[in-house]
Amino acid sequence: MEKAICNTTIEVNEEGFMINFSEWNKEIGEELAREAMIELSERHWEIIEYIQDEHRKEVPLSIRKIGKSGVVDIKEFYALFPKAPLKTATKIAGVPKPASCI
Amino acid sequence: MKRLVILGAGTAGTMMANHLDHELNPSEWEIVIIDERKEHYYQPGYLFLPFDIYTPEDIIKPIQKFIPKKVQLLNEKIEKINAKENEVWLSKGESLHYDVLIIATGAKIAPGEIQGMQGEEWYRTVFDFYTFEGALALRDKLREWEGGKLVVHITEMPVKCPVAPLEFAFLADSFFRHKKMRDKVKITYVTPLDGAFTKPRATAALNHLLEEKNIAIESDFAIAEVDNENRKIIDYGGREIPFDLLVTVPTNKGDELMERSGLGDELNYVSTNKSTLQSMAFPNICVLGDASNIPASKAGSVAHFQAEVLTKNILSYIKGEPMKEEFDGHANCFVETGNGKALLIDFNYTHEPVEGTFPFSGFGPLSLLKESRMNHMGKLAFKWVYWNVLLKGIPIPFVPAKMQETGKHF
Repeated sequence: MEKAICNTTIEVNEEGFMINFSEWNKEIGEELAREAMIELSERHWEIIEYIQDEHRKEVPLSIRKIGKSGVVDIKEFYALFPKAPLKTATKIAGVPKPASCI
Repeated sequence: MKRLVILGAGTAGTMMANHLDHELNPSEWEIVIIDERKEHYYQPGYLFLPFDIYTPEDIIKPIQKFIPKKVQLLNEKIEKINAKENEVWLSKGESLHYDVLIIATGAKIAPGEIQGMQGEEWYRTVFDFYTFEGALALRDKLREWEGGKLVVHITEMPVKCPVAPLEFAFLADSFFRHKKMRDKVKITYVTPLDGAFTKPRATAALNHLLEEKNIAIESDFAIAEVDNENRKIIDYGGREIPFDLLVTVPTNKGDELMERSGLGDELNYVSTNKSTLQSMAFPNICVLGDASNIPASKAGSVAHFQAEVLTKNILSYIKGEPMKEEFDGHANCFVETGNGKALLIDFNYTHEPVEGTFPFSGFGPLSLLKESRMNHMGKLAFKWVYWNVLLKGIPIPFVPAKMQETGKHF
């Protein structure tokens, strides 16, 4: 389905995850973060960039992997993106919902 | 004489030994299968053991019984795979050269990954049911348990048979009803996922069943610690869930052999082509069953479908022909829902489980994604099918490796 955001439209699935990563830009990321009630700090951006890099390399994401990445530990990941950090962070980063769940 | 070596004589390895015994010319190929255990465990039976539905005798048989006579069974621990030299090192210092290697070493629980999980309460009020020991200890506990807060919990994905913890919750509901003590038990299902299952349509059906059976669900729970003293589980966000009896599925990992051999990822799963089942690193190594990192369910039915595809691919490889990208991620799972009923799900990489009839379009007799008594009979009959048909590599009539799309309501 289409979603109007930042004076443009993006393609999202029924859970609000972006379908085309190429449509993402920083402004959209900020707006998606606002919708998730998160104010993005520099730390948030470091993690978002890490997630996007892994996505480009087609590496599947999981909480365990992010915790071992050296970018952030799991405790801080939860503090920055409360409740369901991987889901929230990937949604803001514009990458598909991780399929660490088969 | 060339040699094909299979590591692991569980469900996947045993099926491959049987398939290849039929297909490879014995004057050209020697087949060796290696496993340190002497007994074959029927893992789906671990679900029924805690509720006194199955006995240990239903679950354990000698490995030897299922390995063809011409296949050499080595009962030894494997020290290392030296893939660059095409060698397997055994613990007694011997090494074995191979031309083709099949890795079927499976996955096992690693409760040590979570702080406190294997603490003082382990096998007192904290149990797993993914091992024979765990399932048996839990049976003894349930026989005398007087009720309280039962928490059924999954640590992290992926786990073997992702529906098993749900089935455990359903069977527990049924078990306590029969014991006339359901009112004394509060059942909570705790999952790192955002719903009951990993695929949306099945999740909706299963969430509904949880509600119907008065089982509370706590989703998006990423466990950080088991607090033994206060009997609660705590997640990284600080959420706490108290328990009187915790039945957990710990982190699942591939065999440590992969770590020792430099072949595994961070969970010791082997990087594998999801369509051909060939290792990504070495062309003469193939991987099937729970040992690989492919995005399919870790389940016996998946290994069964893979074995049919992999047998053809190994024959192609031996002839110097390209392997076919034929494996579609097909899984077929009965889900026990308690009270003598079950539902059935059938899915693959691209199609999630949907409603319909199985295996015959419009007729069944099994129904997909719907509870029925017939499905439950199917699940119980499966034990016989497993020991007598599946392990021997005999195809199951009307259930081909590639998922069928007829009879399904996509």
